[in-house]
Amino acid sequence: MQSKSHGVAHWKLQRISAIAMIPLVIWFVSSLTLSLINSYDQSVAWLQNPLNATGLVLLFGTLYFHAASGLQVVIEDYVHNEGLKIMSLILIKLLSILLGVLSILCVLKIYL
Amino acid sequence: MAEFALPKHSKIVKGIDYPLNNEAENTKKINVYRWSPDDDENPRIDSYTIDLDQCGPMVLDALIKIKQEIDSSLTFRRSCREGICGSCSMNIDGTNTLACLKSIDDVKGDINIYPLPHMEVIKDLVPDLSKAYEQLTSVKPWLQSKSDPEKGKSRKQSPKEREKIDGLWECVLCFSCSTSCPSYWWNGDKYLGPAVLLQAYRWIADSRDENTEQRLEELEDSFKLYRCHTIMNCTKTCPKGLNPAKAIGEIKKLQLERK
Repeated sequence: MQSKSHGVAHWKLQRISAIAMIPLVIWFVSSLTLSLINSYDQSVAWLQNPLNATGLVLLFGTLYFHAASGLQVVIEDYVHNEGLKIMSLILIKLLSILLGVLSILCVLKIYL
Repeated sequence: MAEFALPKHSKIVKGIDYPLNNEAENTKKINVYRWSPDDDENPRIDSYTIDLDQCGPMVLDALIKIKQEIDSSLTFRRSCREGICGSCSMNIDGTNTLACLKSIDDVKGDINIYPLPHMEVIKDLVPDLSKAYEQLTSVKPWLQSKSDPEKGKSRKQSPKEREKIDGLWECVLCFSCSTSCPSYWWNGDKYLGPAVLLQAYRWIADSRDENTEQRLEELEDSFKLYRCHTIMNCTKTCPKGLNPAKAIGEIKKLQLERK
């Protein structure tokens, strides 16, 4: 699970995904609060704009990647039973891929 | 899974109270952690009240006074009594520090003294640091070079190059920082901890050392180095005012530049 070269790569990707999420989250939250998305019809219309759909796909991708790598650190810190640790790390990876793909497919379904 | 409850023999009980017999005005109560490997008893807190007018200014002076005048069985490490040897590191008033550099007047109320946190205790205030010393050895804390210096000459270093190891060479290896770090508490077997990483950086930053690449390669590990989550307890607690967190940050920066 922890190859030697995994150290710096993991550290770097966790920080890059954190920085990438700053503009994405600001954009998404301001879109929500600036009343661009008030009703069901407006939401569908908003998502059918290719820029918005792209933004949301990027946000979901980064979000689940960042969450998974953060949770991985927490588990490596606190779970000392080797078997349990590997199990939970695999579970977190699978779950974040599942949720990430699901979220992105939902966006695409409305967009297409 | 994470262990939240302490083992049975870690529960600390109330110990012996040694009140002051004479009518001293300027007194201080000192509560000290006591544990002996020789009996099967739980650790206890003994309380000693001392006359400050008959005692030196530092917490170490108080401990020496207790050992000489009240209870000779009290066990602690000490040597230089001026912050150079790093022997008397312990947890005083909730902070890891050197007893010889901690002024009694700086502590409001009773003084609570415990051994360095989360280390095996050998006796009373003496922690087992053998694992930490092993980790120190693993970073090869000495000058490594392939080239030979000019015959009869020393290895030269410009004042600017020499400046780079300021704030690093002063470390006295008291391990106050490592034992204040939650990451070191949970993963002290694999994470090197701030004291050892500062030592590692001391040699990485030294212009005379020629093994920088190899040193960095060996540190590039998710546990040895990257268990540091910039909690900063190390920098806050260092009795010598050094900044191990910054040294670790510099190592991370160099790792980033390498790959």
